[in-house]
Amino acid sequence: MSDKHSIPGPLANEGLPLAERGLFCDAPPRQYQRANKITEAFWNWARAQSLWILGFGTGCGAIELRPLMTSRFDMYRYGIQPRPTPRQSSVFVIGGYASVKTLKRIVRSYEQMMGPKFVVALGSCTINGGMYWDSYNTIKRIDQYIPVDVYIAGCMPRPEALLAGFQELKRIIRAGRGEGQNEYARKFEWYKANQKQVIKDWNMPDYNW
Amino acid sequence: MSRAKAPYIAPAERAAPDLDSGKYLVMWQGPNHPGITGNMSLRLVIEGDSVVDCETHVGYLHRGFEKLMERRLWMQNFPLVCRIAVPEPDFNEYCYAAALEELAGIEVPDKAVWLRTLSLEMIRLASFLMWIGGQAGAFGHGTIAQWSVTMRDYVLDLFEELTGGRIYHMYIIPGGVRGDVPAGFLRRVLETMDTVRKNLDDIELVMFHNVVYKMRAQGLGYIPPDWVDQYGITGPNARAAGLPRDLRKDLGYLAYPRLSFEPIVGTVSDAFERSRLRLLEMYQSIDLIRQIVDMLPARGAFRAKLPNPLHWKIPAGETYVAAECTRGEYGFYVVSDGGDKPRRVAVRGPSYTHGVALMERLARGVNIADVAGLMVSLHTYPPEIER
Amino acid sequence: MKELITSLANRYGVRDWKDLKAGQAACFVDSGRLRDCLRWLRDEAGYAHLSFATAIDQLERGVFTLTYALRNHERGHSLLVHSEIDRTRPVVDSIHRLWAQAWTYQREMKEWYGIDFPGSPRVDEEFVLEGWQGPPMMRRDFDSLAYSDATYAERPGRASSDPAEHMKRELYPEEQA
Ligand code: SF4
Repeated sequence: MSDKHSIPGPLANEGLPLAERGLFCDAPPRQYQRANKITEAFWNWARAQSLWILGFGTGCGAIELRPLMTSRFDMYRYGIQPRPTPRQSSVFVIGGYASVKTLKRIVRSYEQMMGPKFVVALGSCTINGGMYWDSYNTIKRIDQYIPVDVYIAGCMPRPEALLAGFQELKRIIRAGRGEGQNEYARKFEWYKANQKQVIKDWNMPDYNW
Repeated sequence: MSRAKAPYIAPAERAAPDLDSGKYLVMWQGPNHPGITGNMSLRLVIEGDSVVDCETHVGYLHRGFEKLMERRLWMQNFPLVCRIAVPEPDFNEYCYAAALEELAGIEVPDKAVWLRTLSLEMIRLASFLMWIGGQAGAFGHGTIAQWSVTMRDYVLDLFEELTGGRIYHMYIIPGGVRGDVPAGFLRRVLETMDTVRKNLDDIELVMFHNVVYKMRAQGLGYIPPDWVDQYGITGPNARAAGLPRDLRKDLGYLAYPRLSFEPIVGTVSDAFERSRLRLLEMYQSIDLIRQIVDMLPARGAFRAKLPNPLHWKIPAGETYVAAECTRGEYGFYVVSDGGDKPRRVAVRGPSYTHGVALMERLARGVNIADVAGLMVSLHTYPPEIER
Repeated sequence: MKELITSLANRYGVRDWKDLKAGQAACFVDSGRLRDCLRWLRDEAGYAHLSFATAIDQLERGVFTLTYALRNHERGHSLLVHSEIDRTRPVVDSIHRLWAQAWTYQREMKEWYGIDFPGSPRVDEEFVLEGWQGPPMMRRDFDSLAYSDATYAERPGRASSDPAEHMKRELYPEEQA
């Protein structure tokens, strides 16, 4: 481990054992620098045409992704397809309630995704806690912990609703309003503080991309 | 009744492999992994490409149902329970409703009994269809999932017509069911069954006569018959080992005693045999649904009168209601202390034993590429493990 | 069945036999003799299948009731074996050597109720929770709502009304009078 890593930044992967701190980034994420207007518009158009979602079924909602992936609703025709790893995906579908244990993995997977990245949150559980408003283990709103671009309401939302949600996401991206990633960078400390308030045993890197 | 029936098997105590020796690699499969059923994870210790040690980690979906149910009125729990097992919610509704009826002494009208049977049998079919897509997918046959998930969707369409919901039906309410069959529904059921049946023939041809599938699934995850009691294995996993245990026959709940069927029993419980058995069970389900449609009473009440749910107090008592879902014995243990809220509701999901203890045992020695297939062949649904 | 009841009573002091319904009964045994009783039921009486094991918190009486559900497949009979332990000193014999899946249930009870099963594999590890710092959450004196309100941020605008009150207002207005 080089000396460089032992000089901590504002948040310095303190949850990790000393030997592992150097394995991860030591700087917070940066905001995306826009290119000029025309190029950016072209890129946004291109981004909207191929949404690769992370195949991480985080809640009940994951079950409606199966019909969506297969021939009946077939999301491939909209340029949407599942990817097995966060490194290849650009859309994170939060499939409903997130328990604290899953939230940890959500945060890590979200941070590991390459930008530009977007989040679609399904179901009333992600919006305000839904059925589990008084549960001791599920969070009540996901946008405290990661930025959300589109919410799809319902318990659970139908595949058609999901498709409509993805269309909405495309519209947002094309209009250049898919700002989740920048927002995360801008309010990084706030998000981290929220996350740490819920995840009591913080034993993962703070900077992890 | 001899001791030999349940011989001693060393449980999960094992010599931990020496991870510092440099011989082994620790690998996490899941929760974010395409080869895992739902949201759970396996911690595999690998030597070469075979698994030496496996530990299951669950709890990613824990919502604390059993606690929440103690906080709600008896009737308020009714929309909650179905969310315990996502792909197969009706069994939760049935077990909960039946337990309440037993404790409160409510008589269910005959028509409701038949409608309940219909809904349970339909969800069994839907769940099996979903499963077979996963099983084939784990061994690289993506096409089967394209077919079978669509077939499942047709069954879900029926549910939508009957109950208004695709995934969560909230149909089996304490005292009966929530609604009668819509006009023309039964004819559409039969039509859908024909479509599904035709598709199953295709699936059988493509999957079970396929040499790749045979070679990968045969011999994988063999369960000796004497493990069945030792590990508490139920459902197709146990039947494939040659034990004719089917709660639909043994307990004779709902209208099952009036239907004609025999438990389907296999010979050697390996992944191939289990999947073949489940395919046969799908045919059986279709057959049962046809019988039910035939025998469904045309008229009659579909719901008993219930007391005002706000003041509904259930006499003190306890009961355990079990039913045969696609994975095995699904049960609700309900304890009432005479109040308007449950004292304790415990859910027994079959995945609990299959997905944790049994999986850890079976995964040892398996090739790493087959772990996903093995896991699916036990048919586990994580949400019912952690609840 | 008679035979079984008497031999259970003679051997292990099993009492309070109660037939719950056709094919299901419940009985009570002291926690010290629980493991031997279960072993005998498994080996000699044919109750070889353990359906589940769980606990019930009887806060008012200061005890945990343990429930083990066994099933005899030959006879088609299930038996709920109860036992009670003190809430302040919750330790029971582990049955992980009797059934190979029992350790999972014990791990769950340890985490959810704080009941200890000495010797059971991985019993002290976290089961479904991670980084949990509160008390065992299935105990009845743990208030889930208060914990949730204190820990998780809420979206403003969600009105929570007491469901019973709400239902009374909306669905049964005539009762108000
Ligand atoms: S909103 Fe409904 S369907 Fe979605 S996760 Fe919550 S309970 Fe499940």
